[in-house]
Amino acid sequence: MTAHWIRKDLLGLRELSAGEINFILETADAFKQVGTREIKKVPSLRGKTLVNFFVEPSTRTRTSFELAALRLSADVINLSAITSSLTKGETLKDTARNLQALHADILVLRHSSAGAPQFLANRLKASVINAGDGAHEHPTQALLDLYTIREKRGQIAGLHVAIVGDILFSRVARSNIFGLLKLGARVTLVGPSTLVPREFAKLGVEISHKIDEVLPKADVVNLLRIQHERQRREYFPGIGEYIRFFGLTKERAKLLKPDCLIMHPGPINRGVEIDSEVADGLHSVILDQVTNGLAVRMAVLYLCGGISA
Amino acid sequence: MKQAKQKKSGAAVPIMDAEAISRALRRIAHEIIERNPQLTHVVLAGIPSRGVEIARRVAGFVHDIEEINVETGVIDVAMHRDDVGTRSELPMVRESKLPLPLEERTVIIVDDVLFTGRTVRAAMDAINSFGRPARIQLAVLIDRGHRELPIRPDYVGKNLPTSGGEKVQVQLQETDNKPDAVWLGKG
Repeated sequence: MTAHWIRKDLLGLRELSAGEINFILETADAFKQVGTREIKKVPSLRGKTLVNFFVEPSTRTRTSFELAALRLSADVINLSAITSSLTKGETLKDTARNLQALHADILVLRHSSAGAPQFLANRLKASVINAGDGAHEHPTQALLDLYTIREKRGQIAGLHVAIVGDILFSRVARSNIFGLLKLGARVTLVGPSTLVPREFAKLGVEISHKIDEVLPKADVVNLLRIQHERQRREYFPGIGEYIRFFGLTKERAKLLKPDCLIMHPGPINRGVEIDSEVADGLHSVILDQVTNGLAVRMAVLYLCGGISA
Repeated sequence: MKQAKQKKSGAAVPIMDAEAISRALRRIAHEIIERNPQLTHVVLAGIPSRGVEIARRVAGFVHDIEEINVETGVIDVAMHRDDVGTRSELPMVRESKLPLPLEERTVIIVDDVLFTGRTVRAAMDAINSFGRPARIQLAVLIDRGHRELPIRPDYVGKNLPTSGGEKVQVQLQETDNKPDAVWLGKG
């Protein structure tokens, strides 16, 4: 049986069909099993070269992609902005051309400019995987979130998912919104009005600034990280105020349905968007997300990297 | 419909019907019992999709004969192909399932047709990533010859000499939604 996958790149969830998203999740089921084997390696991408190009730094996502690639037997090179010649003034296009001259097969790119992965995908023979571009999309994060919900609840359709926090600057929120709506979930965005603009309602989601009203109705609560630096200065008066109105405290967690899932893309700010006790509690599937991230990334690398150029 | 198709291609000859397949698999079950005194150590590991169904049936026959439940498993070979990227089609990957640990066990790979042997090589590669079984054996419904690797079956339903250009098609009720049959056609 053949897999019907035709894309060499994964740039976002917006352009994928529900069928394609489900296909990635099914493929991830097979790869999740590899992590339980004695020898956690399959030869699917043997001889392929994967370049992790994290112009915007990250340890977690980069490590996850690296491990996924290694388990598929690919060779991995890690570049960051500092170690690359971008600091010497080389343009992104030239850096990419150089990578192509080295016969890189897969490029995993995180960049602060929205559209950078698309820019490279159009110019390179290599597969380009978007690991986060500005505030635009972070498709593999949303895919692993969808995978986790599906794993715990059986299916996405019909569930009510609340995404809480800094929606405005969040690529994780955007990718999740696209993915969840395509698979038939109901989405409510929750946060201060400064960080959850009304325009988002046009995507087909509900908006609330009152977390206590949303929590009892949610099947999944996905908490986004509050970035101290930017937010503290401009978008709300202070961390204490954020916690009081939107933090998932121990008390607020009592409002949750018994089988509600708590998710977070990580790293968590204990005591800010979520209380320590709640992060380690029964509803939390945060660590499952990490394991599933590996399976989902293996699936994505297998599908996109497996297409002959 | 089928008659019209046959006339068009001029081929697709039925080699085995449901009865013949059943007798062959029952005989394979007897041979497995004969060669493996400790059936509790045996795993019938099928290669998706038809190998899995054949493994299930053989386990059923073993149970009928000896009243022992032999373990079954699934070996996905798609992940272990090392020719991904050079093929025009990407193989569909599936979850593998094998009972652990493998160390004392005899894993019997089960597939419908044995041809070049490359699928079996990939299956052995897959098994290796789970552990190191005491023994690996191979059971196939049809051996059509034309090996490209030094691989030979331990249990064979039927030896079917073919030419390279011919096509052997196995149909099973559970996987193909058609009555059990083995067809030989011009490629």
